Amino acid sequence: MTSREHNTETEVNRRQLLIRAAKAGAVAGGALLWGALFYSREPVRRRDEKIYTFRDYRAPEPAKTDSFAVVHGTDREKMVRAAVDHLGGISRFIRPGERVLIKPNVGWDRQPEEAANTHPALVGAVVRLCLSAGASKVWVTDVSVNDPYRSFARSGIEEATRQAGGRIRYTTDNDFVQTDLKGEVLKIWPVSRFYHEVDRVINMPIVKHHSLSKCTIALKNWYGVLGGRRNRLHQKINESIADLAAAVRPTLTLVDATRVLIRNGPTGGSLADVSVENTLLAGEDAVALDAWSLRYLDLNVADVPYLGLAEQRGVGVSDWASLNPVEFSAG
Amino acid sequence: MGKKLLTLQNIRRIYSVFFFALFVLLIAVTDFRNMKGYEVSLFLELDPLVSLLSFLTSWTVYKGLALSLLIIVGTLLFGRFFCSFICPMGSLNQWVSHFFNRRRPADDYQINAYRKIYRFKYYVLTALIVLAAFGSLQIGLLDPIATITRTFAISLVPALSLGTGGLYLKQPVFYGGIGIALLFLAVLFANRFLTRFWCRVLCPLGALLGLFSGFSLLRIRRDVEKCTDCQKCLRTCHGGCDPHTELRVHECHVCMNCIEDCPEDAIHYGFPTAASSVHAPLDVNRRRILETGVAGALLFPMMRSSVTAETTPQPGVIRPPGSIAEPEFRRRCIKCGECMRVCPTNVIQPALLEAGLEGLWTPILLNKIGYCEFHCVLCSQVCPTGAIVPVTVEEKVGKPPHDKPLFIGTAFFDRGRCLPWAMNIECIVCEEVCPTSPKAIWFETETIKLRDGKTRQLKRPHLDTKLCVGCGICENKCPVQDKAAVRVTAIGETRSRTNRMILEL
Repeated sequence: MTSREHNTETEVNRRQLLIRAAKAGAVAGGALLWGALFYSREPVRRRDEKIYTFRDYRAPEPAKTDSFAVVHGTDREKMVRAAVDHLGGISRFIRPGERVLIKPNVGWDRQPEEAANTHPALVGAVVRLCLSAGASKVWVTDVSVNDPYRSFARSGIEEATRQAGGRIRYTTDNDFVQTDLKGEVLKIWPVSRFYHEVDRVINMPIVKHHSLSKCTIALKNWYGVLGGRRNRLHQKINESIADLAAAVRPTLTLVDATRVLIRNGPTGGSLADVSVENTLLAGEDAVALDAWSLRYLDLNVADVPYLGLAEQRGVGVSDWASLNPVEFSAG
Repeated sequence: MGKKLLTLQNIRRIYSVFFFALFVLLIAVTDFRNMKGYEVSLFLELDPLVSLLSFLTSWTVYKGLALSLLIIVGTLLFGRFFCSFICPMGSLNQWVSHFFNRRRPADDYQINAYRKIYRFKYYVLTALIVLAAFGSLQIGLLDPIATITRTFAISLVPALSLGTGGLYLKQPVFYGGIGIALLFLAVLFANRFLTRFWCRVLCPLGALLGLFSGFSLLRIRRDVEKCTDCQKCLRTCHGGCDPHTELRVHECHVCMNCIEDCPEDAIHYGFPTAASSVHAPLDVNRRRILETGVAGALLFPMMRSSVTAETTPQPGVIRPPGSIAEPEFRRRCIKCGECMRVCPTNVIQPALLEAGLEGLWTPILLNKIGYCEFHCVLCSQVCPTGAIVPVTVEEKVGKPPHDKPLFIGTAFFDRGRCLPWAMNIECIVCEEVCPTSPKAIWFETETIKLRDGKTRQLKRPHLDTKLCVGCGICENKCPVQDKAAVRVTAIGETRSRTNRMILEL
């Protein structure tokens, strides 16, 4: 008895056999080729990630010897203009068409009065100044410690930047690129990519107390370029700050000493921790600016080891008096 | 042609699209940047199951939940219109059934016929009511609005963000998020076999509204004189409610499809006429209801005999700021996930078994994922049921007129893992990020003798328990990432009078 399922194969002629053999051969050849092409002694194929380095953002013209202004006042807009004018005007730093990145301290979800972040009026004034010099893009960025949306909003910097015509760049997880800091302790770290997409960088720190590094002013502000687990930097904080300061050479530094956080830094949180000083510093030597600002925190250069380390790395001079700072009132 | 466009069916379609879009929009704006006082929990507040069962557990109709009266009164007038006009879960299931299935008309008639299994949802409702009457609010497991809100907040929005990269700065992640996603996908997949499986078989809200709709004035009416028994009205019926015979009004979603499908114009929506067919009574088995009730009554004491955060304080059960005491929290939380959606740091996570089985998917703070932002009170503002009551920033941080901040837990140092304590390495990141003023974490500079006999100065952190609010930023930012050297547990939380260790606080 035959099977009820009796569909049998049709007979194969020579031509069909050759075609079938060719198909099987092609698949076998493909398999061999695949094996030959992708054979590897490594378990995972890795593409070499591009390693960036910071470009030199410093002003095209050499710094003037007295490139150091200390401006007292209460109108932050006027103070910014007066300070930059004293250094030779914004056109000395920003050429028309250049892309500018402003790096205030926006680390914390705090309001301006608490002096944990750079004052928004200063940031707005600098954005306007850069735009008036013909900058093609003015970005404001930081890698906040608290939630970035909250930090930028409640610090007032989001609103001030928007009104002045600048743009906030929030740094997301995807916005970090490996960058060689070429430091003694800091080698390759993830850095916000925005630094590699601009021509000029303006550092806008605020003067604050910090338990471990004693103070956070201009040099320590560069923590905010880093992503990754940057908390580890605390283990060698002075060397880390000096390395960062040597890696990022800004066009201009404006130090906010209008309200100074004198204790419980860098977060603050109480108006009792804030001392009103109504002062703005501007200059191109960040070490000197930091050294000058120590007076608000009752510190000397010797108390702050990273200043000496930064000086050794050629970032600037801690003997600020040699730069003949000019002190005046405006606004 | 002259086909009427503004039919009841089309009006229903417009409403369901509108409300679904509104639901998605409200989920989308539930974050720090977009919340401008919108009623983001609107759908949960409209949900009578939430308001009635949370009433049973705590004898209040809390704030916005009064909005559910609109639906209750509406159902008494119009029948289960919520299911086909408003419910985003219903609309989604309907669309999924529609788009994923290509059936022959004969199969449609079969799929949309009434089945005995549709009784099951009434037993689910019975069990939930009995549990609620005893004081355990478990509706969050099966309430459609809580389910879809939770799934959107915990699975869908983060998934969309991963796909587009544009919704969050930091991609949120949730413990057990995939479980919540899979359950939801299983519910949607069930539509392949039975149209609106969820709505017809499982949904306790549908059952509740079904009970109410027994009183409804306006209903689908079949004219027995015009009807030719062609049964075409079954073809696209949402509820599976037998419009071709004695309509099961408790099952009818008033989708209005049968009106348009009837070739004889024998079906209308409204008051009865002399020729209108009678309606079928509620089809439940009283014995099954009794069994379910008894089972619920037995389950409750057994449930309460197992360890939960209520019987025994659990270190990991750190509730969001503003949460009410644990026994009350259990009576209010519907596991909807709104607080998890709005949290800017992703610290609020759905509990698995940390708070006991009853506490599944209730919000707990996992400081490994995020931390409680000191000035943020968003979670307390979105909670629809008052499990988290609204707190102001001043209240949370203890600014005048409040003399104390809101404590949600206390940090403890693990000196065996702490870099300065265990390894003589400089660190005190915890001190840097501590948000209180003065800082709860302070340090002492000590002179340490090293292995090689040399000495060095080192700052070693300590905790001032009176100042620590338990925000967890120290734990979150600790360089010892996998198991931080400073960790927060719930003890000292303001909401509990018993979970305390210090006499004076």
